[in-house]
Amino acid sequence: MKRCALALAGALWLGVGTVAQAAPDARRGEQIYARCMACHALAYDRVGPRHCGLFGRVAGSVPDFGYSPAMKKSKITWNERTLDRFLSAPLKMVPGSSMTYDGIPSAQERADLIAYLRHVDQTQACRAQAPPKR
Amino acid sequence: MSFFQTSDPAAARRLFLGKSGRVLSGAAVAMLAGKEALAAKAGPSSASDLQILNTALSAELEAIAAYQLGAESKLLQPPVLELALSFQGHHKEHAAVLAKTVEKLGGKPAQAKTKYAFPVDRLHTQADVLRFAASLEQGAVGAYLGAVPLFSHGELAKAAASILGDEAMHWAILRQALGEVAVPAAFVS
Repeated sequence: MKRCALALAGALWLGVGTVAQAAPDARRGEQIYARCMACHALAYDRVGPRHCGLFGRVAGSVPDFGYSPAMKKSKITWNERTLDRFLSAPLKMVPGSSMTYDGIPSAQERADLIAYLRHVDQTQACRAQAPPKR
Repeated sequence: MSFFQTSDPAAARRLFLGKSGRVLSGAAVAMLAGKEALAAKAGPSSASDLQILNTALSAELEAIAAYQLGAESKLLQPPVLELALSFQGHHKEHAAVLAKTVEKLGGKPAQAKTKYAFPVDRLHTQADVLRFAASLEQGAVGAYLGAVPLFSHGELAKAAASILGDEAMHWAILRQALGEVAVPAAFVS
């Protein structure tokens, strides 16, 4: 009986560790993007830099945008992996960043948001607004 | 009488504006600008507090400019214009108190840009302006929510939460004006 209970507990524990994450959904990501809109826009710079042209861009490289020294020196190139890490805790990845936001703890939400950013980045309208890459 | 209990929209607006403006300015000034001891106690982490305050200040300054754009657009009917100007007034109060706090903590307050990029080509009607304002207010709620846990001082977090509450009210009123459900969910994120 005791062995049975241990086996069940083990199975439950394994189950918790392997909860399947849904495929990234750009539509859900668009809703999450509303949180970014205090400071960011897709096509133009605001308190934060524009997101069009984000993928493959070196952090701190949008011309004429006033980045923090920390972001300028970060040497990050934005892609799914670096965005996921940054969005989980911006100030842990880039201490001193102006993006004073606690982060998005949910891996699913980050994946959805990144899927949305990837989706819009590929649109013609967004490409037209992307700054030249350095 | 509560804002929600009156059937006269003008009276409701007067009641709402009269109450919210006074409550916010009094509470925020007391919590932020009036705390001499807070500045004195600011420890090594105050640099990050300053950065958070200055990022918030930058967003508030942009919001002031955005409401100015809306006010000058000639697209807003008088009651909506009055509402927009009152919300702009709140943002001015937020900005003033944030700038003062940055100075008290030994920092240099962020300045308004000489020019802001706004989607003017997409603002053709009153609803467009309201939708634009609502998106900024929703974003502000998310930004303050994401900033509150980062403050090293509980007093600053509390003051930021006070501003968050005000932005959330703006967002709800703007949604209502657009004919949307004013409060769409039990939690904001």
